[in-house]
Amino acid sequence: MNQNLAQFIFSGTTTGAIYALIALGFCIVENSMKIVNFAQGDFLTLGGMFMFSMLYALHLSILPAIVLSVLAVALIGAAMERFALRLAKSKETVVLVFITIGASIFIRGGIKLIWGKSPKSLPYFSGAHPIDLLGARILPQSLWVIGGTIAVFLALHHFFHHTKQGKAMKAVAYDPKAAALMGINVEAMMMLSLALAGGVGAVAGILIIPITTMTFDMGVMLGLKGFAAAVLGGYGDVMGAVIGGLLLGLLESLGAGLISSTYKDVIAFVVLLLVLFLRPRGILGKEEWERV
Amino acid sequence: MSPLARDRLLLLTMGAMIFSIPLVMRNPYYLNVLNIVALNVLVVAGLTLLIGYAGQISLGHGGFYAMGAYISALLAIHLGWNPWITTGIAMALTGMIALIIGIPTLRLRGHYLVMATLGFNLIVYILLIQLDDITGGPSGLSRIPYYTIGTWGFTTDLRCYWLVWFFALLGLFLAFNLVHSRMGRALMAIRESEVAASCLGIETWRCKTEVFIVSALMASLAGSLYAHYMSFISPKTFDIFYSIEVVAMVIVGGIGSLWGALLGSAFLTPLPYLLHFFEEYKDLIYGAIFMGVLIFLPQGLAGGLVKLYQKRRLMSQLKKVQE
Repeated sequence: MNQNLAQFIFSGTTTGAIYALIALGFCIVENSMKIVNFAQGDFLTLGGMFMFSMLYALHLSILPAIVLSVLAVALIGAAMERFALRLAKSKETVVLVFITIGASIFIRGGIKLIWGKSPKSLPYFSGAHPIDLLGARILPQSLWVIGGTIAVFLALHHFFHHTKQGKAMKAVAYDPKAAALMGINVEAMMMLSLALAGGVGAVAGILIIPITTMTFDMGVMLGLKGFAAAVLGGYGDVMGAVIGGLLLGLLESLGAGLISSTYKDVIAFVVLLLVLFLRPRGILGKEEWERV
Repeated sequence: MSPLARDRLLLLTMGAMIFSIPLVMRNPYYLNVLNIVALNVLVVAGLTLLIGYAGQISLGHGGFYAMGAYISALLAIHLGWNPWITTGIAMALTGMIALIIGIPTLRLRGHYLVMATLGFNLIVYILLIQLDDITGGPSGLSRIPYYTIGTWGFTTDLRCYWLVWFFALLGLFLAFNLVHSRMGRALMAIRESEVAASCLGIETWRCKTEVFIVSALMASLAGSLYAHYMSFISPKTFDIFYSIEVVAMVIVGGIGSLWGALLGSAFLTPLPYLLHFFEEYKDLIYGAIFMGVLIFLPQGLAGGLVKLYQKRRLMSQLKKVQE
């Protein structure tokens, strides 16, 4: 039983790390445009697919393949801001959010056209031999996923709290007009945030394609889980995204292992709703005061 | 003419046009698409009240649509009750569930509200698939009884055309009444500012919950009509994509307008059928059109039409002045 528990916790941490990574992508866009970017899950799929092509079609070695894949998806993210969101005549949240849903459908259509419907897979980065840890067996790839999430989290935390660019981005989210008056290039900041979100999404895709294999519509469910994680932690908070992701992953894995594997998603979503009813702004979210 | 009288007159004209379509066109395939449009009009009109008038978003109405369909179908199949009665029971039960869910959920705002309603839809969807002893699982329920009046059954696409459009127009009619009432004005006040509305003595949570229930009832009715019309249902119809699609119809039609509900459904429902022609490019084109409308017609189709009309009138007045 104890051994099982350790196993559940480790596998939960791995899925949780993936959710956290996706949640971080949602977080970046929230911190510049105050919208939910529903194409985040498709950035992940794109990352995995590009990686696949870089390795098998262009025969690159791993490192340049990773760099190029991340850049490619970042470029697509920037293009989405430049050619869709920026052109929008209405800047209302609902309209912008639904433009990202349109973009998500568009990207998925493109992926299906280019890479087809069959699942794509890659070998593990560092072998398939599981490591024994506290009586649980974990794949080395899980460590890559967890390490990657920690690295992205630290980088984003530094970016938003300790760099001028990151603070400028948050200023844009807070009040675009005031930010523009302070000399911040608002549109460039928004484009940068979508490029960053694309890059983070690509990293997630590259890290998980050896574990899950990749199909064109994979991003839908993973994107929703990432969104749920971000909401659970407190939307827009970098730390909250990680906490929410880990919590959701652990909930699913423990729910599946200890209660019922068919209802693991139901358990996770019910708990999510209950948390929201008790804390309407997520775990780390602070109550916002409305000025009248 | 008062705004309500104008809307009623327009609705009457629209109804006359809609009911004369089968006089010239009886192709069952097209009629089937038009029937689905009518069911969507019902759902979208309810959502327009919630999103456009009360300013509360919901990506969970696919769940209420599913409840209407499954509850009514199950009661009619297993207990052999009359579909008209089971439709009413389904509405009552769905309304109660909407009340229970609505009270805590409508306290949430923005992205949190989006997530909570989405979560509700996902839970319903998973239950439909997993509780296969009751719901038939992924393969769904078939041989659901048709509606009947005496021995005359609504068995064909044409017969159901009259039925579903009758309810769609009735739904719109009631929605217009609501919008032009004290309740409608209270909802608009809430949309503009909840704090200001409550300062004016509007019980905001009560209004929000009431309109949430009304929109759930309309979705439930549409679901029951769908089940007894198609005689077959499966979970696929009620996934989150349905919820996203109907909210997209609200926005594409024009967020704050009930006419937008009609236009949005009439535009987005047939689109996938039309794009079938493009085969593997259809998702790409669908996504592009979807984005294009939202980017360039932010007030939706209804807003776009009104603008066009105003522009024309302005131009003609300008001409008169010049002459």
